[in-house]
Amino acid sequence: MPLHFELVTPAKLVRSEDVHMVVVPGTEGEFGVLQGHAPFMSTIADGALKVYKTENGAPEEIRIVGGFAEVGDAGLTVLAEHVEG
Amino acid sequence: MASLKELKGRINSVKSTQKITKAKQMVAAAKLRKAQAAAEAARPYAARLAEVMASLASKITVTDNSPKLLAGTGSDKVHLLVVANSDKGLAGAFNANIVKAARVKAKELEAQGKTVLFYLIGRKGRPVIRREYPDQIAHMFDTSDVRYPGFDEAERVADELVTMYEAGKFDVAHLFYSKFRSALVQEPTHQQIIPVPPPKVAAVKTDSVTEYEPDEEEILAALLPRYLKTQLFGALLENAASEQGASMTAMDNATRNAGDLIQKLTIQYNRSRQAAITTELVEIIAGAEAL
Repeated sequence: MPLHFELVTPAKLVRSEDVHMVVVPGTEGEFGVLQGHAPFMSTIADGALKVYKTENGAPEEIRIVGGFAEVGDAGLTVLAEHVEG
Repeated sequence: MASLKELKGRINSVKSTQKITKAKQMVAAAKLRKAQAAAEAARPYAARLAEVMASLASKITVTDNSPKLLAGTGSDKVHLLVVANSDKGLAGAFNANIVKAARVKAKELEAQGKTVLFYLIGRKGRPVIRREYPDQIAHMFDTSDVRYPGFDEAERVADELVTMYEAGKFDVAHLFYSKFRSALVQEPTHQQIIPVPPPKVAAVKTDSVTEYEPDEEEILAALLPRYLKTQLFGALLENAASEQGASMTAMDNATRNAGDLIQKLTIQYNRSRQAAITTELVEIIAGAEAL
């Protein structure tokens, strides 16, 4: 089952895709989000999101600054002020 | 009656003015499309953030320990009016309308015995406000070095505002900008930004309990400045679209006026040319008959 992942900055919607798992560097520790994760909100430390497209594939890293993560029924939404790369 | 040469000169000068206004109109139309696209692209972030803020705010009761940005300083003596204008003119009454809205509010606040300070974004609002309130301009934020005011500018403005707020320089901040309704209609809008009013979006109700990390209050404290930035960014984008819309309409009118003027002048020119020819003929015939 894929996880719906959205990455949004003030300027535009950067990503909106289905992935396997995203590892988010929360301010109180990293956490991985899979499909069916319980509703959850957390601020994010400046760092890299690791996006796993498939279960065994290599992760893609996206550096973000000023982030906030929200996990709900619709999947994972990351709001970030700046995105690099 | 102006001489033929003078008329011809005037017609030519109006014609070149018309060319300029027409060019500016087309440029504004192209830029308007771009500005609208930018405003469109910024919507998802603003909407999501507002939702999150609303759901957080509904869970928290405002106490004295709440973040200052939400709870306020406890007084409302000093009001800061943040006035967002453009850097360029040729946009009809666009800038004048925003400044007018700000002045009306300033008068109203002063009548209530409050102190009013101004924070100006963009160049065009400066002269008017400087004339009326020479000692009350807290800061003039310059956007003339960037082509399109974007999130970086909004961020810098928000940071400065928060710093000033925390230093106790003002108690309440209002934002004035122009809301984009259509290319023909732009609405000067007034909005309180500090203390942050809770978003008017209805919190999305879910059955499941959401966990927070860190707790609600800390997240809210972290999100408040971001929310402020987003509001400012949205205002800047709306302003940019409004400016282009106003400019397009103003230049369209100017082009049409110039066309009318050219027509009138051409008729006048032809009339006087004909009159001159007739006079000449009459003179020749009268001369021939006299012989």
